[in-house]
Amino acid sequence: MLSSQIKSNEIIFGSCNKDLLEEVIFYGMGLGADFVEIFIENTDNSSVLAEEDFITSVSPSFGRGAGIRIFKDKKDGFVSTNDLTKNGLMRSVSQAIEMLDITDNKKIEVFNGLDKHRDYSLSKKKWINEVPSIHEISEKLLVSTKSLKKNNKIITRKGSYSRNLQEVIIASSDGTYVSDIRLHQTVGLNVIASDAQYRSSGSRRFGSSGMPHEFRLWDHEKAANDVFESSMNMLYADYVDAGQMPVVLANKFGGVIFHEACGHLLETTQIERGTTPFENKLNEKIAHESVTAIDEGISEGSFGSLSVDDEGMEPEKSVLIKDGILKKFISDRAGELRTGHKRTGSGRRQNYSFAAASRMRNTYIAKGEHSKEDLINSISDGLYCKSMGGGSVGATGQFNFAVEEGYLIKNGKLTNPVKGATLIGEAKEVMPKISMCGNDLELAPGFCGSISGSVNVTVGQPHIKVDSITVGGR
Amino acid sequence: MNSKEITIQISEAADSLNLKKWDYGASFSNDYSVQVDKGEAKQLKASQKQILTIRVWNESNLVGITTTSDISESGIKKALNQANIASDFGNKNERTEFSPLAKDPIEVKDSKKRNPVGIKKLLTLLREAEVKLLKSHESIKSVPYNGLSESFYERVYANSDGAFRSYSKSQAVLYLYARAAEKNKKPRSSGSVKLGYGVEDIDIESCIKDASNKTISHLNYSSIKTDKYLICFSPESFLTIINAFSSMFNARSILDGVSLSNKNSIGEKLSTEALNIYDDGLHEKNISSSPFDGEGTPTKRLCLINKGRLENFIHSESTARIFKTIPTGHAGLGSKVSVSPDWIVVEKSEENSYLKTSLDHSTFEGEFVYIEELNAIHAGVRASQGSFSLPFDGWLYKNGKKISIESATVAGDIKYLLKNIVNIESNQEVTTSGISPHIWVDELSITGDA
Repeated sequence: MLSSQIKSNEIIFGSCNKDLLEEVIFYGMGLGADFVEIFIENTDNSSVLAEEDFITSVSPSFGRGAGIRIFKDKKDGFVSTNDLTKNGLMRSVSQAIEMLDITDNKKIEVFNGLDKHRDYSLSKKKWINEVPSIHEISEKLLVSTKSLKKNNKIITRKGSYSRNLQEVIIASSDGTYVSDIRLHQTVGLNVIASDAQYRSSGSRRFGSSGMPHEFRLWDHEKAANDVFESSMNMLYADYVDAGQMPVVLANKFGGVIFHEACGHLLETTQIERGTTPFENKLNEKIAHESVTAIDEGISEGSFGSLSVDDEGMEPEKSVLIKDGILKKFISDRAGELRTGHKRTGSGRRQNYSFAAASRMRNTYIAKGEHSKEDLINSISDGLYCKSMGGGSVGATGQFNFAVEEGYLIKNGKLTNPVKGATLIGEAKEVMPKISMCGNDLELAPGFCGSISGSVNVTVGQPHIKVDSITVGGR
Repeated sequence: MNSKEITIQISEAADSLNLKKWDYGASFSNDYSVQVDKGEAKQLKASQKQILTIRVWNESNLVGITTTSDISESGIKKALNQANIASDFGNKNERTEFSPLAKDPIEVKDSKKRNPVGIKKLLTLLREAEVKLLKSHESIKSVPYNGLSESFYERVYANSDGAFRSYSKSQAVLYLYARAAEKNKKPRSSGSVKLGYGVEDIDIESCIKDASNKTISHLNYSSIKTDKYLICFSPESFLTIINAFSSMFNARSILDGVSLSNKNSIGEKLSTEALNIYDDGLHEKNISSSPFDGEGTPTKRLCLINKGRLENFIHSESTARIFKTIPTGHAGLGSKVSVSPDWIVVEKSEENSYLKTSLDHSTFEGEFVYIEELNAIHAGVRASQGSFSLPFDGWLYKNGKKISIESATVAGDIKYLLKNIVNIESNQEVTTSGISPHIWVDELSITGDA
């Protein structure tokens, strides 16, 4: 008998767990659940930190656990556990059933057993042996931090790498039975520059999914030059004057504004809460006609790409906004159940301890027809936001974002660097003001924190022009 | 397995792998939470979690670390092995040792650990709270962000030198964020968070009242003109600022070059003389208090700013050794041990004669901006540069009227802010992150879109 055919009372990764999973699901359905979902993961992560010319931290971590979700009508109970034995999983099902107060088990929903196993992990099992070793990572990070020391104004240099390898098994009472392996690698460089009372910082982060060799291909010299130049440009920058003005947002990470300010409002979790102004705006104009926006999980190697989402659905390419018209919401299983919007393969979670929710994947504004220069030349007095820091969106849709690297635009030309700028606005008001989109779409990796934890995403856009926005400063 | 059994298991596994020196930190928790939506249960959640972080010293006395959720015998052995492998990359330039205080007595207080009330009770209480909040004002249309949870956890630290510490606690949290809307006006939102040792300790009525009052008070809103204003920071918002710039007191940040302070900054004047700041993790009002840190060092009260001057840094074992002092109980276990404050207490010092005591947020009739809550700290604070630009919720007090401010940011420099404190009110208020009175600062920049 092959080892994969041995019946086990515990989940074993890399083996067939069908019988055990079916037994657990049958148990939940028999107790009166409308729907049972089991998400099981096994993780093998590591991170390395280089500071100045030394490796100062190497942190491996691994773990395993299961998240069990039971739906009854439109409510759900979610239980997470580290116990992957049959008894442990059954216990979690019982706990979820009890939480939901399901006492009527006469009306039993049908469970016909699990479908044929969809195994997305077959070609990925070798990844763990292909990713760079700690030794290889350390050597490259040290070369990278050395590259940052370009003059004596650089007082702090850091390089960081992290690798997350996640093996998942997803099974549910609609027959879904899926396995997958996900690999995410990210590397970042940071500097602080100082000269007398002046200080500045620079940072860049790079990331990929499903590409074990990507770190080896990373151009650390280019990255170091970029971070160094950014910190030098900003070292003696004046604070920006506050006010309303036109801005040009750079491509790549400039897309974080669309992600935060508009993307989240197009997740069905926001409809469930009644916190999106776009709830009843499907097929209505919500943005300037120059704006087409997309959320997808299929771009090869992009940080937010997936073979299958955390609910076992293959991700689709969702055109959210087409020529300014709202076309679709980002939806998961609970979103479909509670709002009626069809699932888009966007059910995502940080790990087994979170229930999946509708989350963005690779989200970007599509490219337009203008050059970057066209956008800048069209402004007589404004701000160019070359690099964005983080930001946030309030419960009623107001957003604010820090500009990490900004330049004044005077008479159609870039002039002095400025610091301390914050962009403030509301998606509903700003989206119609995106009047020009460049032809230089690029994506950038990031981490998005929300209801189901922190997930890997890509943000992106070409250069875009916003006709008027509030710029906070001093 | 209980924590003593795990310690024995780690000790035996370490022996079998010939690992002489090790320590570990662990946490074991059971959490239960509920959310509701217009009277209906939305999501009910339970989780059982265990996290174990093991450090191993190799023959060259270099440290390696591993974190795992697998506390089975094989899981523990795997973690020790991984940590041993990682120790080959241990930091030779800043060695880590056991805390010299890891076996000192710790201050044991009544943990006030409560028993679980269970999901059904949580659900009933939250449903009732939501209904009351919705009924409190006709403009409150929903409570989109709400939750009631209870957690039961145990934390452990032990090492191969015989140190063993553990404590267990319970904690409950209620949050209610309401959304109010009036015709031809933008929706407004605000809320309240309450903590307790257990659900029965949470003042649910006051949470409902706070959430309602705050939300309603923002219905009458207006933009604010960009200018410099006299500012009154609420206790919560002032503590947010202090915590955001706590790298000023942090020895780890100093060694990493990301602090505004340096090794020689003790005694430096950081603020107005009227200001005292302490870190007091064991304060009786700190529901999340822990009697020891990640390295097993006992937690204690520490003066950070005394009459405006920097008095102490917070330390881990290694930073304390480098600074030739003792650890202060602020370490977080990790490959690179982190250092962070526990519970900030802000108070008025004896040197306060020059303060403008007429500035009282409840009686002052002049024009000022009241900052209730600062947002987007991760994005708007440049701790290494001392600058901040932060959106906030608050009001403009002008001509005897109080008007909610729409979409504005406050920007400035932390050193300027601390040195331009013009009043520290007498009454301290307890918040979820510490204790502080209202603090007045003159001439800070506010950006609005009026």
